[in-house]
Amino acid sequence: MSTELASTTSQTPAAAPEAVRNTPIWRPLADIQQTREGIVLMVEMPGVAPEDVDITLERRVLTIRGRGRQPEPEALRAVHREYEPGDYERAFTLSEDFDESGIEATMKDGVLTLKLPRAAEARPRTIRVSAA
Amino acid sequence: MPWPMAFYPADPFALLRRVSDALDRAAIAGAAPIFPAVNVWQNDEAAAIVAELPGVGPQDIDITVKEDVLTISGERRAPELPEHAEWLRRERAYGRFTRAIRLPFRVDTEQVDARFADGVLRIAVRRPEADRPKRIAIKAG
Repeated sequence: MSTELASTTSQTPAAAPEAVRNTPIWRPLADIQQTREGIVLMVEMPGVAPEDVDITLERRVLTIRGRGRQPEPEALRAVHREYEPGDYERAFTLSEDFDESGIEATMKDGVLTLKLPRAAEARPRTIRVSAA
Repeated sequence: MPWPMAFYPADPFALLRRVSDALDRAAIAGAAPIFPAVNVWQNDEAAAIVAELPGVGPQDIDITVKEDVLTISGERRAPELPEHAEWLRRERAYGRFTRAIRLPFRVDTEQVDARFADGVLRIAVRRPEADRPKRIAIKAG
């Protein structure tokens, strides 16, 4: 089963310890933009409802977890499988200090968008050098 | 003699992990996975097709059924890059997609139900009453 899945989809196991419940933990794909205000992360986690997303920022490590819910149809048998529903987990080490209180998170159509504004003191400042 | 620390790091598995991570990333970048990935369930009377379509709005998905072929097509739009912004990472794919799935029976086009939630499309199809296998009673005599 696992080799079959690998050939058709890009599901990669997350760099996380095994789950207690019998579900795989996938590493979700991400797009990251750097903007003037900070960074924007777009993380795709199909099957994860907005209330099942957990985001933590601790010591510059941003961890995103999503619990997938894809109930199997009743009274039918599985005949073809290209992906395995699971949970998601991925962590990013942030290079700068971000303003924790200003983080905005939205979940739409299975994609989590996270806006991390730079902390005021971390924004680039120009230091004028005065001639002596 | 001091050992060159770059070759003998404190964690002997660090290098191995780095190589493994790099291979994982290369596999993602190099392979063009089938999109969307679908799972299919069925019995003699009905079938369910479930596809993962994260980031695709329901208005951008077209579902058509003809005879025993169900086609899912649409477009996944790339997010816009604001002015003075740059991409640090691009792992997700964008563009038009189409997938045709042949089912083991002709589909009753009046009884197709499609729902989309949290980036997952679930389609339920039924076999027309007239096409279903009928049990023939054997008469004594």
